[in-house]
Amino acid sequence: MQYLLLFATAEDGDPYVAEEDDIVQWVQHTRSIGADLGGERLRPPEDATTVTRRGGRTIVTDGPFTESKEWIAGYGILEAADLDAAIELASRHPMARYGQVEIRPVWSLNLDLGDAS
Amino acid sequence: MADAVGEAVARVHSSEWSRIVASLIRTTHDWSLAEDAAQDAFEKALATWPSSGVPDNPGAWLTTVARRAALDRIRRGNTELTKMEEVAVMERLNETPSDDIDDRLRLIFTCAHPALPLEARVALTLRTVAGLTTPEIARAFLVSEPTMAQRLVRAQRKITHAGIPYRVPPPEQLAERLSGVLAVIYLVFNAGYTLTDDTEHDSALAGEAIRLGRLICDLMPREGAAYGLLALMLLQHSRHAARRGLDGEIVSLDDQDRTLWDATLIRQGIAALDVAAKHGTYDHYQLLALIASVHAVAPSPEATDYIRLADYYAVLARLDPSPVVSLNAAIARGMAHGPAAGLAAVDAVAASGSLDHYYLLPAAQADFLRRLGRADAAAVRYEDAIALAPDGPERRYLERRRAALRHP
Repeated sequence: MQYLLLFATAEDGDPYVAEEDDIVQWVQHTRSIGADLGGERLRPPEDATTVTRRGGRTIVTDGPFTESKEWIAGYGILEAADLDAAIELASRHPMARYGQVEIRPVWSLNLDLGDAS
Repeated sequence: MADAVGEAVARVHSSEWSRIVASLIRTTHDWSLAEDAAQDAFEKALATWPSSGVPDNPGAWLTTVARRAALDRIRRGNTELTKMEEVAVMERLNETPSDDIDDRLRLIFTCAHPALPLEARVALTLRTVAGLTTPEIARAFLVSEPTMAQRLVRAQRKITHAGIPYRVPPPEQLAERLSGVLAVIYLVFNAGYTLTDDTEHDSALAGEAIRLGRLICDLMPREGAAYGLLALMLLQHSRHAARRGLDGEIVSLDDQDRTLWDATLIRQGIAALDVAAKHGTYDHYQLLALIASVHAVAPSPEATDYIRLADYYAVLARLDPSPVVSLNAAIARGMAHGPAAGLAAVDAVAASGSLDHYYLLPAAQADFLRRLGRADAAAVRYEDAIALAPDGPERRYLERRRAALRHP
């Protein structure tokens, strides 16, 4: 199964210590077991832009779609056998200590894209 | 004849339901289908056994009928399976089931998975493991039937959609996940143990919880923690018949008629404690069970070994430094070392301020004040306790204690 990991900040997380950040080891580990389908850090909410289309008009607003104390700081996509395997990997990610990780199962659209695919 | 068959079906239901559902879930990967098909099989038993007689091996009969019912439901398109899944599932359903695989532990651990909301874990365990019907569970937790049905369906969907595995956790996760399973069982027990004005409901849930506890011990005979919980439930439940007076009112431990305590349950509880002591380290449930056992073996309140009791409570308070446990440890101290020591200990807990709205705190102060002969101060604290107590037998009990102050 595929899972999206959303790495978010959290008020009760450990303070960030650069020397203890083992993100490199985490990526190396998930790659070595073939679980890493990509992921990146994200610029903070100040740099977010929200777009909607209403009544034929495109509306652009500054900021994320929800204002909250916690914000999404990165994402990753995992291939894992089941939720327990995804939890195990997520729990080892440094953001599990500094913040929190939301695990969302990917729900495939199964689109028929014909030849264009 | 019909009654005898009804009894036979009920007996087989309690021994075979979880086995049949658990095996069907492994075969079909579809929780609702598994439950519905198992239900179909038991309904068919009720309908046909009165004329055909109870089969020699009712479990095997039900398993076969349930698998056929699952096939029927798939053919009628009554499932959420995709066409491709249907083919694979039907193939597996047509294979001869092997008798030697017991899927019940898988079922129990999956129902108690921490990714499910707690109330859903409890509901799912009662539905799929204990075999209670949705209306029965709804009644037990005082929610409407559609609400409970929705809760069960959501949980079953999450298991499928989020990929919650159907298995017993690997050794490195076992202890933590087992304690989650035990917590669910104890929640069921407590839902039946907290006295409400519905006695029948109380006892039925406690009975289900004990049955689940026994099942875990049978399936995981090396897990001391499971025996600790079983011991606790047996010992608490042994006092069941004595906890209410003839008028339905609550009777405190000291005032209970100890001849009404169930000697068999006490014996089984103490035996389970012995097993727990052999396998495990002292955990929360085991300590609570040890505490219950001190009361259980005392022929009278005066003969209670309060010193041992206070020791167990002190260990418990170190293990679980929650305010409620600290309060109980303080009360035990008073029972062991006199009301003055008890009052001082309870006052110390009160000073922390975290139990300001908990009626048992002023109730404990009132009780020690009464025993110190300070009736006026005791009356004030009983008033406080009555104001905070929930409506029902517990509050009426406090009102009687306050009234007794004036007419000693």
